[in-house]
Amino acid sequence: MTSIITRRRMTFGAAAASALPLLGRGAQAQAPLGVGFVYVGPIGDHGYTWTHDQGRLALEKEYGAKIKTSFIENVAEGPDAARAIRQLAQAGNQLIFATSFGFMNPTIQVAKQFPKIKFEHATGYQRAENVATYNARFYEGRAVIGTIAGHMSKSGQAGYVASFPIPEVVMGINAFHLAARKVNPNFKTKVIWASTWYDPAKEADAAKALIDQGADMITQHTDSAAPLQAAEQRGVFAFGQASDMSAFAPKAHLTAIVDDWSGYYIKRVKEVMDGTWKTGDVWGGLKEGMVRMAPFNPAMTPAARAAAEELVKGITAGTLHPFTGELKDQKGEVRVKAGETASDEILSKMDWYVDGVQA
Amino acid sequence: MTSAILVSILMTLVAASTPILLAALGELVVEKSGVLNLGVEGMMLCGAVAGFAVAFSTGSTGLGLVAAAIAGIATAMVFAVLTLSLTANQVATGLALTIFGVGASSLIGAGFVGKTITRLGPVFPESLSGHPWLRAVFGHDIVVYLSLALVFGVGFFLRRTRAGLILRAVGENDASAHAIGYPVIAIRYGAIAFGGALAGLGGAYFSLALTPMWADRLTAGRGWIALALVVFAAWKPGRLLLGAYLFGAVMTLELQAKAAGVTWLAPELLATAPYLATIAVLTMMSLGRKTGRLDAPACLGKPFSAS
Repeated sequence: MTSIITRRRMTFGAAAASALPLLGRGAQAQAPLGVGFVYVGPIGDHGYTWTHDQGRLALEKEYGAKIKTSFIENVAEGPDAARAIRQLAQAGNQLIFATSFGFMNPTIQVAKQFPKIKFEHATGYQRAENVATYNARFYEGRAVIGTIAGHMSKSGQAGYVASFPIPEVVMGINAFHLAARKVNPNFKTKVIWASTWYDPAKEADAAKALIDQGADMITQHTDSAAPLQAAEQRGVFAFGQASDMSAFAPKAHLTAIVDDWSGYYIKRVKEVMDGTWKTGDVWGGLKEGMVRMAPFNPAMTPAARAAAEELVKGITAGTLHPFTGELKDQKGEVRVKAGETASDEILSKMDWYVDGVQA
Repeated sequence: MTSAILVSILMTLVAASTPILLAALGELVVEKSGVLNLGVEGMMLCGAVAGFAVAFSTGSTGLGLVAAAIAGIATAMVFAVLTLSLTANQVATGLALTIFGVGASSLIGAGFVGKTITRLGPVFPESLSGHPWLRAVFGHDIVVYLSLALVFGVGFFLRRTRAGLILRAVGENDASAHAIGYPVIAIRYGAIAFGGALAGLGGAYFSLALTPMWADRLTAGRGWIALALVVFAAWKPGRLLLGAYLFGAVMTLELQAKAAGVTWLAPELLATAPYLATIAVLTMMSLGRKTGRLDAPACLGKPFSAS
C-alpha cells in the first residue's frame, strides 16, 4: 500500500512541477519555440524522411537554444496520423511540419482544433488559415535524369520503381520520360508499382525484374537505396532518390535528385518568431535550391553531361520547362497545347501518362 | 521469354524465399515445443543489424552471419526468461519483443546508416556460379544451401530422433512430459534459442545478401509472413519449404508480371494470391479433420510451471 501512495504523491508532485514552467511561459517571452515534425518513414531510411530530418537538424544548428525540435517517425498515412500530429500540438509545439502526402486530411482536421498553432503540410493541396503547404519541384530533377538516361541507355529502356499512382509520382514519371524521349524518340519507360514507399527487399526485386525485362537505366520513386544496389550488382546505371546515394552504388549511381528542405524550414521558423508567418503554398525547384543534383558520375558521356548541365541551367533561368506542349495522353487527347507549358494546376492533378510509358 | 530470364527469375525467387524460410523454420521448432513466439520480426531485425555491424567492422560477412545468429539468440533469451521462468503471457511478450527489436535495431544501427559492404557471394567457383544456366543450382550463397540442409535436418530431427520425439512430447503434453522426468523448461529454452538463431540469420540475409546495407525496419514485415507460414505448413518442415518457395514465387512473379507489362491480370489480384492460398489451405485442413485443431501442438502458447 505504502508504495502506491508514494507513487501517487510522486506523480502529483511531478505534475505540479511540470505545470510551473507552463504558468511562467506567459511572462517569459523568450521560452524556446517548439517545432514538431511528423515523418512517414524512419529517419534512418537515408532517403525522403532522412532529408526532412536533415532540415530539422539544420534548424537546430541555425537557432540553437531559441528553438526546441521534436519528431515522431514511422507514422502511418491516414487517420492514424491525426494522433501523432495532435500529440505534437498538445506538447506545446508552435509550428508543426507534416511531411508526407497522406497526412493531408489529418493535418487539416487537427489544425481546426488548434487555431493558434501553425501547420505546414508537404506535397499536399489543402490549406487553411493556419495550414500552409510546401513542396519541391522534383519533376525538374526528374527531367534532368531523364535526359541523362536518354543519352546513356543502350537498350532504350528505363525501369521505374514507383510507389503509388498519386499526382506527385505520375508527374515524375512523365517528366523523366518526356526528357528521355527528346533524346531518343523510341525511348520506353516501364513502371513497377511496388505499392509501398519503403520495403528495401521488394524495391530491389522490382529493379531486378525491370533489368530482366531489358531496362538498363533504373530510377525510383521509393525511399531506400536498394534499387541502386540491384543496378550495381547487375552492371546497369541508376539514379539516387532524395539524397546522394553514390556510396551504395559507386559505379551505377550517375547522379541523384537531392531534396534540400533546410532553407525553407529556416525561413518559416524565422517568420513564426517574427510573427509574420502566413499561410500559403510554396513550390520551389532547382532555382530556389529546394532541389539539387548530386555530383555527376565520371562514367557519364560528355554529351550526356553537357545536355544535363544545359537543362539545369535552362530550368534555373526559367527558359526551359520540362512540360512544354504539345503533350498528349495515351488516348491521344491533347493535355498541353503546342507552345504552352503545363500550369501548376495541371501538374498537381496529373493522372495521365504520355506516350511510351508502360505503367 | 529466354532461358536467361527464367534463370534470373529463379535466382531472385530463391533469394526472396530464403529469409522467410529460415525464420519460419526456427519458429516451427519453437512452436513444436509448445511455445508461441510472435517476436520473429524483432529477432530478425536484431540479427540484421548485428550481422551488418560486425560484417562492416571486420570486413567478413561470415563473421556477420555468426554475430547475427548470436544476436538472434540473445533477443530470444529475453523472451524465454520472461515467458518460461517468469511465466509471462507469450502473445503479449512476443509482440513486445517485436516492438523492442524495431527500436533496439534502430538505435544500434544509427551509426551504420548510409554504409555499405560487399555482398555475400556465391559458394561455388566462378566456372559453376557464373555459368548461364548451371548457376540456377550452383550460383547461390552459403545461406541458401544452409537453409535447405536445415529443412531436412529439422525434419529428420523431429520425425526420426529420440530428442525430436521428446521435444514434440513437451509441445503436445507438457504435464506428462514433466511427470515422466523430462526438463520441460530447459527443452523449451533450447527450442527458443534455436528459433532465435534462425530468425537472426534470416534477418541478416537482408543486410548481408539481399540489400547489403542497414536501414531501419529493413525486413519490412517478413517476420509476420514467416509466422503465417508455420500455420500454412501445418507444422511440417517439408510443407514449410514448399510454402516459403510459393510465397517467394508469388512475390517475385508479381513484379516480373508488372515489368513484362501483363495487363490481363490485375497485379493487385496476384499480390493477394499467397494470402488466398493460406486461407484455402487452412480451410481444407479444418474440413479434413473433425477436431478442427489444425495439427497445432496441443500446448501451444500455454504457460507451464512445474508443480
